[in-house]
Formats: sequence, structure tokens, C-alpha cells
Amino acid sequence: MSYGPLLFLGILFTLATSWVGLVLMPHRQLGNVGQHTDTNTAAIYPAARAGEAQQGAEHYRSLGCVYCHTQQVRPEGYGSDIERGWGRRRTVSRDYIQDKTVMLGTMRTGPDLTNIGERQSDAAWHYRHLYNPQITSPGSIMPPHAFLFDVRTIGQAGRSTNALVLEGPFAPPAGQEVIPTRRAEQLVAYLRSLKSSGDLPEAPVKKEEAQ
Amino acid sequence: MINQSQTLRALLPGDALTGGGIDGGNKAALAEIDASCRVPVLFFFLSGLAWLLAGTVLALVASIKLHTPGFLAGWEWLTFSNVRTAHLNTVIYGFASQISVGVTIWLMCRLCRIPLVAPGLITVANLFYNLGVTVGVGGILLGDSTAIEWLEMPRYATPILFISYALIAVWTLVTFRLRAERHLYVSQWYLLAAVLWFPWLYGTAQVMLLIEPVRGVVQAAVNWWFAHNVLGLWFTPIGLASIYYFIPKVIGRPIHSYYLSVLGFWSLALFYNWNGMHHLVGGPLPAWMITVSIVASVMMLIPVITVAINHHFTMVGHFGKLKYSPTLRFMVFGAVSYTLASLQGVASAVRSVSEVTHFTHHTIAHAHLGMYAFFTMVMFGAMYYILPRVTQREWPSNALISLHFWGVALGIVLYVVPMSIMGFIQGTMLNDAAVRFLDVVQFTLPWLKLRTLAGLLLAAGHVAFVINVGWLLVRMFEPYRKPVVRILTGEAETVAAGK
Repeated sequence: MSYGPLLFLGILFTLATSWVGLVLMPHRQLGNVGQHTDTNTAAIYPAARAGEAQQGAEHYRSLGCVYCHTQQVRPEGYGSDIERGWGRRRTVSRDYIQDKTVMLGTMRTGPDLTNIGERQSDAAWHYRHLYNPQITSPGSIMPPHAFLFDVRTIGQAGRSTNALVLEGPFAPPAGQEVIPTRRAEQLVAYLRSLKSSGDLPEAPVKKEEAQ
Repeated sequence: MINQSQTLRALLPGDALTGGGIDGGNKAALAEIDASCRVPVLFFFLSGLAWLLAGTVLALVASIKLHTPGFLAGWEWLTFSNVRTAHLNTVIYGFASQISVGVTIWLMCRLCRIPLVAPGLITVANLFYNLGVTVGVGGILLGDSTAIEWLEMPRYATPILFISYALIAVWTLVTFRLRAERHLYVSQWYLLAAVLWFPWLYGTAQVMLLIEPVRGVVQAAVNWWFAHNVLGLWFTPIGLASIYYFIPKVIGRPIHSYYLSVLGFWSLALFYNWNGMHHLVGGPLPAWMITVSIVASVMMLIPVITVAINHHFTMVGHFGKLKYSPTLRFMVFGAVSYTLASLQGVASAVRSVSEVTHFTHHTIAHAHLGMYAFFTMVMFGAMYYILPRVTQREWPSNALISLHFWGVALGIVLYVVPMSIMGFIQGTMLNDAAVRFLDVVQFTLPWLKLRTLAGLLLAAGHVAFVINVGWLLVRMFEPYRKPVVRILTGEAETVAAGK
């Protein structure tokens, strides 16, 4: 095989096949999938994210949450995603059309977060968990994200309404309080917005649970 | 109608035929080519090794953080995610790619039998490259990571790297056009393919994911088409080109079969680039895409087994030489790991196996089996051969060579084997909804500590190698002393001539 041009063309042709097959064709097939409107309830799914949650998604990206948490539910009977309660149905491509960066993830050092907004809607829980995961999930290996919080001296007006309720070894020194920063608020807004359980023709939610 | 000399031309690197030894020829021409490569090759090797040390430190920090989350937890720029991502990007783009380019430059000059052309172009490419990696890794640590695996460097860094890759492709094509040796050896097919494939992959991924992002899960498809092909169409061809060159060269014996090399090359070119979607088995993409990738992954058995047979039968009867040649030792370790990594990859792509191993440390073990036990070992082997030739000096310390080999060989085995087993058990536990998630986390802890230990062995090997390279460079400034001829550590021609 000493004929340069043939080699050159062969090299370009082989990669061109998957470039068309796995890049351009999916772009054609999936690039235009739109929202689904339920014919009975007129509900539109997936809805656009509110501004604060949208900014929180940027923090989720920047903090690299995707390296330990997936956002995809595998179909029933394949893995235990549905049995673990990570979703009521598998996720499909339409679930992700509102995401600026799609963060499906490939690692489950921590649990799946596709529906964390549904499974854990309590903002206070999320703040305490981010501040130090040992408070809510003893034995977790998630790193503490204390840098998303300010520790301040309690002012004249008394304890702030948004201060974290912390006890025992996690409590700040006397006279101090722990307040979420703007970033923490946006990140928690995003986490609470994570819900991919709309009833879709291509991925129906099981009837007995949907009722 | 192939006569004896044509057969040999097809099976041996061109410079082995015309550069001395097997049919006589002149060593002066080879020495001239080596000397012309000195500065650019040293640029790429030395900056690559600097990134290796940085990447090793980042790897150790990340590994410790995963079993001791409080470690260095106060600094936001050192979160597990940042350190892990900075590790991947320094070792992939800073270290492995730069060593690849250094090896490619030297191999192309040797195999085309011309002294290095346009050294200025290569130097500019190197400067751009290191600027790109510095800006990119800095951006990741500062929180600008794109969170797209293997493409985490922010949008302001990737075009710098793209320019560098494009310059390298241009340089390779120019060298190829000017070649004095008309016969193309198998290594050249792989090298030419790699330098043409990569800018295409990297350019497509940048445009479709960073500059003008596509919508929804098409991002995931482009992401894994790109990321898997970084391994399959950039590192793998350069690794195989090196094995095809150095094994025959060191043992002084032609490749077992020309036809197997042709089959191996074209089947890799056809199937590898379709593999990427096996990273998304069970994911929210159309079933046809994932099925196509699983089929292509299984088809990879053809190039893998073909290449394994070809390399094995080239080596048969020469395994005794492993004892004397560090190049051969690293190469054979890498070649065997290539087969193992590929077989593990094929198995993990199958739906029923992926159900267990996907989302677990099994994949991390697999990545290190491929990128380290195969590719990095092959690059170490190549550097053991190339560095003495471009510097015209012998390796200063045999003890450091042994420390390097045994440190990294034991280290990577201690990394890959336990982590593969652990990942499998982890996946089985995850798939049993009766097992609490936190119990799965607790199960992984002792294994993760073992990984830190393996990392320390790897780090010791890296330090030994870097000291030896530094010492070699110091020797460049000493007056030249006639090297001790070490039979079998050196050129193939020495072996053949001695017979």
C-alpha cells in the first residue's frame, strides 16, 4: 500500500461515514424536536426554566456536578433506576430540549438527579446538604461546598430568616450564622426545578401512578 | 511477483533497510535526520513531561479526595470535579498528545528518510499548544469548565489548540510529500490517518458544542462521537504506529504479515469511528444509534485480533530480549494491554454488561487500561529509543529505568485490576434496589484507598523517568564520550550485524 492518494482518500472517507451517521443525521432527526402539548390538559412539556434556575444550571456546570451525578433514567427492566425511585419513567430526548448544556453524565458516584426536584423539594435540606453533606447524608463522599455560604456575625435585628439551621458539630461559633450566597440560591433553585416526569406519547408515565 | 527485497520493504521500517544494518547502508544519514529532529522533539517531549508531573499531582489529589472528602475542601478551585477534570486535560492534552506529536515528528522523518523540514512551523505549533493547554487548564480550575467530557477546556482555549493541531497536520503532509523513501511502511498509514482525523474531530466538536451548540441530546451524540474518537482515532493509531515500528526495529526482524497489517488498519478505520454511542447505552437517544455503535464495537474484534496476532508472531522467539531493551519491555507491555483494553471495551459495550458496568468505576479502570497501560507505556518505550538518538547520549542510569518500569507496571496493574472488579461489584449493588445507595458508597471506600496507593507507585515511576531524562540533558552539555555499545538496547542493525 504505497499509493499516497488512495490512502489519503480512504482516511477521509472512513471518518466521513460516522460524521454523517452519528453527527449530522441525529442533528437532523433530533435537532427540531419541540415541546409537547397535552391534548387533554393543554399542559406544555418541558416548560422553560425560570431565570434563577437557569442561572443555577450554570453553577451546576461550573462546579462539575456532572462528574458524580447523572441526569438520565434508564428504561424499566434495565438497571434499577426506576425501582430506586429516580424516575417514574425513562427519560427521552425531548426531556432535554430546554437545557443549554445537556449533562447526562456517565458516573454514579452519587445518585441520579433527573427528578431531584420532585424527590426532595425542601430548599432547607438542599442548603444543609450542600454546606456539608454529612449533615443530611452521613457517610457520603460528596465534598462539602461551604464556599457557597457566608458565615456572618448575627446582626442587631437578630438571626436572619434565611440562616441555615445547624446543630451539634456543624453549628457555627456562637454569635455567628451561615447564610447562602446568591450562587447557592440559584443552584438550589435549579436542583428543585429538576423534574422529568411529564407524560409523553413516546414515554408514558404508568397509568396507575399518573392518576 | 514480489521478490525478496520488495517483501522486506513491505515488512520493515524503511530506515532499517536503507539506514544501516540489515542491508548495509549508512548510519550517517540516520544521524543527520535524528540531529535535525533534536530541538522540536525535545520541545514536545519536555513540555509533555512537565504536564505529566502536573497531571500526576492532580490525579493523586483527586484520588485522595474521593475517599477523604474533607481533604483540601476549603479551596473552591480545588474541588474534586475541578481537580479530576484538570487531571484529565493535563494528561490527555498536555502530556499524551504532546509526546504523540514528538514521536510522530521523529517517526515521519525517519520513515520518509528526510531531515526535518520547516522547524519553525513545528516550534510555533508547540508554543501555541502549550499556551492552549495552560489557558484551558487554568480556565477549568477557575470554574470555566464546559462540563462536556473530554472537551472541558473553555471556548477561549480550544481554538488555540486547534491551530496547533492544524499546523501539525500541515507539517506532516508536507513531510509526506517530500519523502525520499517512496515505500510507505504501515506506521506511516496510521500516523497520517491520526493527524488528519484529529483536527476534523476537534473542529467539529468545537463548532457543534462550544461555538454554536446543537440542541438537546444531539450534544451527547457529538460529545461521545468526539470523545471516543480521541482514543480511537488519535491515540490508538499513534500507539499502533509506534509498536509496528519499534518491535521490528529492536528485534531486527520483519513484521509477521503484511496482509494482516492492511486488514488491521482498514478495519480499524472503518469500525472505530462508529463506536462512540456505546457510552450512552440505556440513555435518551434513538435506539438505532446505540445499536449501531454496539455492533461497531463488537466488530472491533477484527482489527484488535488481527493486530495482536501480527505483533505476537513478530515477537515469537524474541521474548528473551525483553530483559535487555527498555523500549521493547514498554512496547510489549503496551501491546498486550492494547489487546486486553480492547477486549474489555468490546465486552462493556454489550447491553447486558453495560447494564452493570456503566456509571461505575469499571469505566474508569477501562480508561486507564487503554490510556495508560497501552498508550502511555508505548510512549515511554518510544522515548527510551528516541531520546538517546536525538541527543547522541546514552541513558545515564539503568537503576532509574528499572525503577520507572516496575513502578508504573506494578502501579497500573494495581490500579486497573482491583478497580475493574470493584466497578463490577458496585454496578451489581447499584442494580439491586434493595441495597441502600450510601452502602454502595461505603463499599467503594477501601478500593478507592487502594487506588491512591497505586497512584503513588505510578508517581514514583514518573519521577524516576523525569530524573533520568534530566540527567540525559545535562550530559548533552558535557564533552561527548564514546557511548558504551549496548547490544539489544539499541538499533536493530546492531543485532543483525552481530548474527
